[in-house]
Amino acid sequence: MEKYRPHFKKGGKFEKYGPAWFGIDTFLFTPNHTTKSGAHIRDGIDLKRVMIIVVFALVPATFFGVWNIGFQHFSQLGIEKTFLELLWFGTVRFVPMVIISYGVGLGIEFAYAVFRGHAVNEGYLVSGLLIPLIMPIDTPLWMLTISVIFAVVIGKEAFGGTGMNILNPALLARAFAFFSYAGSMSGDKVWVADASITDGVSGETVLGTLASGKEASLSIFDMFMGYMPGSIGETSVLMILIGAAFLLFTGMASWRIMFATILGGAFTAFLFNLWGLNTLMSFPWWQHLMVGGFIFGAVFMATDPVTAAQTSKGKWIYGFLIGVIAILVRIFNGAYPEGMMMAILLMNVFAPTIDHYIIESNIKRREKRKLKTLTT
Amino acid sequence: MSHDIRIKKGLNIKLKGIAEKTFSDLPRAEVYAIKPTDFHGIVPKLTVKVGDKVKAGDVLFYSKMNETVKFVAPVSGEIRDITRGAKRRILDIRITADKEDNFKDFGKKDPKNLDREEMTNHLSEAGCFPFLIQRPYDIIVDPSEIPKAIFISSFSTVPLAADEAFALQGQEEAFQAGINALKKLTDGKIHLSVDGNQTSFFDTTENVEIHRIFGKHPAGNVGVQIAEIDPINQGERVWVVKPQDVALIGRLFLTGHYDATRVVAFAGSEVDNPRYVKTKQGVKIEELYDKYIMSSAHEMRIINGDVLTGKWVRKNNFLGFYNTLISVIPEGNYYTFFGWMPFTQNRIFSMSRTFFSWLTPKKEYTLDTNMNGEDRAMVITGEMEQVFPMDIYPMQLLKATLVSDIEKMEKLGIYEVAPEDFALIDYTSSSKVEAQTIIREGLDLMIKEVG
Repeated sequence: MEKYRPHFKKGGKFEKYGPAWFGIDTFLFTPNHTTKSGAHIRDGIDLKRVMIIVVFALVPATFFGVWNIGFQHFSQLGIEKTFLELLWFGTVRFVPMVIISYGVGLGIEFAYAVFRGHAVNEGYLVSGLLIPLIMPIDTPLWMLTISVIFAVVIGKEAFGGTGMNILNPALLARAFAFFSYAGSMSGDKVWVADASITDGVSGETVLGTLASGKEASLSIFDMFMGYMPGSIGETSVLMILIGAAFLLFTGMASWRIMFATILGGAFTAFLFNLWGLNTLMSFPWWQHLMVGGFIFGAVFMATDPVTAAQTSKGKWIYGFLIGVIAILVRIFNGAYPEGMMMAILLMNVFAPTIDHYIIESNIKRREKRKLKTLTT
Repeated sequence: MSHDIRIKKGLNIKLKGIAEKTFSDLPRAEVYAIKPTDFHGIVPKLTVKVGDKVKAGDVLFYSKMNETVKFVAPVSGEIRDITRGAKRRILDIRITADKEDNFKDFGKKDPKNLDREEMTNHLSEAGCFPFLIQRPYDIIVDPSEIPKAIFISSFSTVPLAADEAFALQGQEEAFQAGINALKKLTDGKIHLSVDGNQTSFFDTTENVEIHRIFGKHPAGNVGVQIAEIDPINQGERVWVVKPQDVALIGRLFLTGHYDATRVVAFAGSEVDNPRYVKTKQGVKIEELYDKYIMSSAHEMRIINGDVLTGKWVRKNNFLGFYNTLISVIPEGNYYTFFGWMPFTQNRIFSMSRTFFSWLTPKKEYTLDTNMNGEDRAMVITGEMEQVFPMDIYPMQLLKATLVSDIEKMEKLGIYEVAPEDFALIDYTSSSKVEAQTIIREGLDLMIKEVG
């Protein structure tokens, strides 16, 4: 590395490709940059460490999700397999999705970095893992590719790259796939591997069952542990909560948003419990939080600092409204019972507005103080 | 009369090498210097040339914009050199010191017998106005203005901070005289904030309103205290001054001399037996460095001031005009393999819990100058607010400043802040935002556009 570094620096032979080179270099070595202005000492934290922490937090959910791919497939077929065999089946299905997601996404990020001449930002490290985790297992790889391209180019780079995007790129990828290829993204045939080509496998999600007016047949323990069909990473409440605990402990995600989202969801679902017109409404409020993508969204998606509200008060409002809207969509939109994606994307759009009013109140306070001293 | 103020947000950074409370007298150095670069925004107009003899207290230069802001010689001697940098900008005015100081006599006076105009003239003649700093903008005051109030923070919460109460031992009378003099300059109050966890002679100062401050850094920053006590509104002016400078002004009245004695803490992990030394403004740093530094293999950085806000200097440079602390820390110009891996590199102190350093809150750290990362887009929200106690949205203000949106900067509170208030944001930012630099440029823009 030492030997080739000078070629990519300013004035070097490959200066143009510097951003790509240093993207890799900085991954291997924290650079020798020292402080030039401002504070002479700096905290050890940097964006790379932040992003890696989030990836770490996703590991339990990912691990469970991979196992669950195999488990759902074989248990529905009634075939007994060992733990390792189930894991292997899941790995074979899941790894290509991860490779596509990172390969395509990072490729675009590097290309843009070279094209614009800025450093490669680490934001995609997290998005790249989130995207396959929120897709159904049977999503065709070409569909995944197009979704990733759309999310990174239109959702992120068009706004100026990491830190500037308005919508969460991972959710945007899912939303794109959902609206473009609805048949492969919803219904009762996509949630379990090979459900559409194998007879006797019916992979309906709990929400799907409820939306069609039937009672959910799963035990609460199954819901909590995640022994149910669904997007790859979203099913296990336990594993997601382990990740959440890790995020909150390290301080890398906003506890305000997580807490407010859950509060908002619980509150709304509770109100509908009282009303209780159909199966979705009367589905107990605390079970609402355990099925579908609610917890996954609350922990890993709503807390994305770039697209969330940025002020502390704003975070409370933002999170609470996500919870409220997610349940509303679930209950009133029969065609699509999972509301978390729509709720977060919608609130992404409104987050700057929420912040605007919070900051405006700070400005008003300052003006009032000035008027008060002028009159006395 | 005193009341308590508790600052809840902030971060204490514990560094190895805090100065022990022992005085060492530094023998008189050969060369002293005043550096116009210490005075932000001042264009110097020289009144001396190389070879001139000066007494301690003789004017060396004044501000081109305001002739009543004068800068005087800290010691008596002969002007040895006037060094210039790019565009012939004056870097420093060096004086070869006499064996003993020969003071210009300003006459002993009782500050209580002077009216405001006499006081202003007297302080101007004796070169004391540069000690008074105006907020907003963090620049030297305009002596013709009358400030709303004067604020003095008697303590500091920065890493390796010098204990000013200890430094001013035996100067209690001078400090009081200085307060009495400053009182003539404002129609409002003089607010003296003291460390709530300590008792010192500051507690019994008269003619001031005393505030007892509790909390982590930046609780000792005067800007944070102003925001708690009496926030600055648009169009208002307040002045701030440091405790050793108050005593210096006091000595002017007690003795009639401009006595530039300074007690300086020489601290940091690279200093052998960190200690306080008694010297004079503008002493050559080499005098301290060669005597007290540990011999060590790696490169070191000498900082005039504290590690968060100070200026990087070479050892052949001079003690800054305002500084009462010199910090020496190791340079960090090395690569770290997989430095981003969580829970590794635990030698670094972090506000986050992505290092195991949170397990040892009492440990004193040896931090170096490595950036520990590279500058990135602002991604993480809420981390700036954790170390910023004022009722201001720091990230929004920084962003408004970056795009030079003057109206928005005003609305978001640019008049209430100084670069030093953003020092902890420099430190904790995961995107390595140069917040102090951004704010300084923003304030300069405001001076130019609004005034």
